[in-house]
Amino acid sequence: MNGVIAELVASVGAFLERFGALARFFGRLVWLTPGGLLKVRLLIEQVYNAGALSLVIIMTCGLFVGMVMGLQGYDLLQRIGSEDALGVGAALALLKELGPVVTALLFAGRAGTALASELGLMRATDQLAAMEIMAVDPMKRVVLPRFLGGVIAMPLLTAVFIAISLYGVQLIAVQFFGVDQGQFWSQMRGAVEISDIREGLIKGLVFGIACSLIAVFEGYNALPTAEGVGQATTRTVVISAVVTLILDYILTALMI
Amino acid sequence: MNQSADATADSTAVRHGNHLAVLRQVHYAVGDKPVFRGLDIAIGRGDITAIMGPSGTGKTTLLRLITGQIHADAGEVIVDGQDVASLGHNALFALRRRMGMLFQNGALLTDLDVFENVAFPLREHTRLPERLIRTVVLTKLHAVGLRGASKLMPQQLSGGMARRVALARAIVMDPDILIYDEPFAGLDPISMGVVMRLIRSLNDALEITSIVVTHDVREISQIADESYILSGGEVVASGSPRELHDHPSPIVKQFMEGHADGPVPFHYPAPDYREQLLGPGEGK
Repeated sequence: MNGVIAELVASVGAFLERFGALARFFGRLVWLTPGGLLKVRLLIEQVYNAGALSLVIIMTCGLFVGMVMGLQGYDLLQRIGSEDALGVGAALALLKELGPVVTALLFAGRAGTALASELGLMRATDQLAAMEIMAVDPMKRVVLPRFLGGVIAMPLLTAVFIAISLYGVQLIAVQFFGVDQGQFWSQMRGAVEISDIREGLIKGLVFGIACSLIAVFEGYNALPTAEGVGQATTRTVVISAVVTLILDYILTALMI
Repeated sequence: MNQSADATADSTAVRHGNHLAVLRQVHYAVGDKPVFRGLDIAIGRGDITAIMGPSGTGKTTLLRLITGQIHADAGEVIVDGQDVASLGHNALFALRRRMGMLFQNGALLTDLDVFENVAFPLREHTRLPERLIRTVVLTKLHAVGLRGASKLMPQQLSGGMARRVALARAIVMDPDILIYDEPFAGLDPISMGVVMRLIRSLNDALEITSIVVTHDVREISQIADESYILSGGEVVASGSPRELHDHPSPIVKQFMEGHADGPVPFHYPAPDYREQLLGPGEGK
């Protein structure tokens, strides 16, 4: 019994230590951010890496998520004779929940793992140490642009995901099931408010900060071995997914 | 032991007049495992100083102490008159701007080509016009014989070429001190000869101080002015390559002549071989 308690205490201690290190790391990034925003070329490069290179997966998944919503939504709404409301339901679900959350999960899987493994490999091959010896702060030169790139890219990817998903819903509802196109769009325009769009974008931004932070933190602090880089990459996906869902609940509770 | 190390440092001081780096009574441990127990080393200004010793004796750790990546638990690490441990972030980075380091694997930035790798410190620390950066980079690449490889990516380079590019990058800011971590490891004889000659010629032409951590006794003996052999967290011998070759200490003899067994045992501590094979024990 004592052994279990000791193990529990050790686990909590290790968690708090890790969390403290993450908080310090985030604090340092925030402190460096004003200077980092001036390095436009590095920022554009990283927005391209985290954003543009994730577009294909975001658009593909967005389309299919939208089409599934179209099928399921139509099946449900036609039972109560409200298939015209499919556009509204889909738009609100995508804007407030599905869009930011699914984009964050996809972002963690594509851009997050790329960031973590890249930084981990830079650590393992002494590239970060070499920068320190060259009197170049890797936090400023390498970590910050990648973090900011992710933070900027996530809301943009969320918007793309939502737009493509809505197209997918429309494709199924209007083109396939023959829901009235005018009703579909006009009901959506009438019901969706600016606050709904704001909620989605705020979530996208917060998830972008969380997922990018976790990715760069795990990569930067990876053990300099093949196994260490692998573990950092895995942790990035797992922790990002869990944190995204927890944050989603908190943000929803605050904004509803 | 400490007396002999002091005597070594004193004799070096007399010979060179001054030192660029001095380690005094340095103690350092990783967890419970001591790496250095009262290390005394003096790096003569303008010299090539070799740091040698069996694997795991903390040679690379010594370099990390000199560059301020880690700090000693006790003792002093003085580089160009400054106590490295007491330097703040900006002062440490200012000191590092006067250092160049060649990592064992080159540590080239894999997303930049050869030219941009060499130009990297210039772009980060200076506001030189593009034309001047080009001239400086091509000059340094020419010095290591790789001007023609300026457009290649790091993954297109052989091990020897990568190390020469890293060397060009290390000297691009005209450092006062150049640090080499295992510069000959894994190189073919031709590349090894090239790197060896480069270390000597760069040291003399640029009038810098070089510290070379290496296992390659034969190669470094041809170019080093002073050598230290570390073992057990201390300096067990120091002097010119010739002095080390004639050193009476069994551990120095084993290291210099490359014997597999001796004071540094071939076998990791283990139970009796016969008993372990024939006994009733289980597992590993």
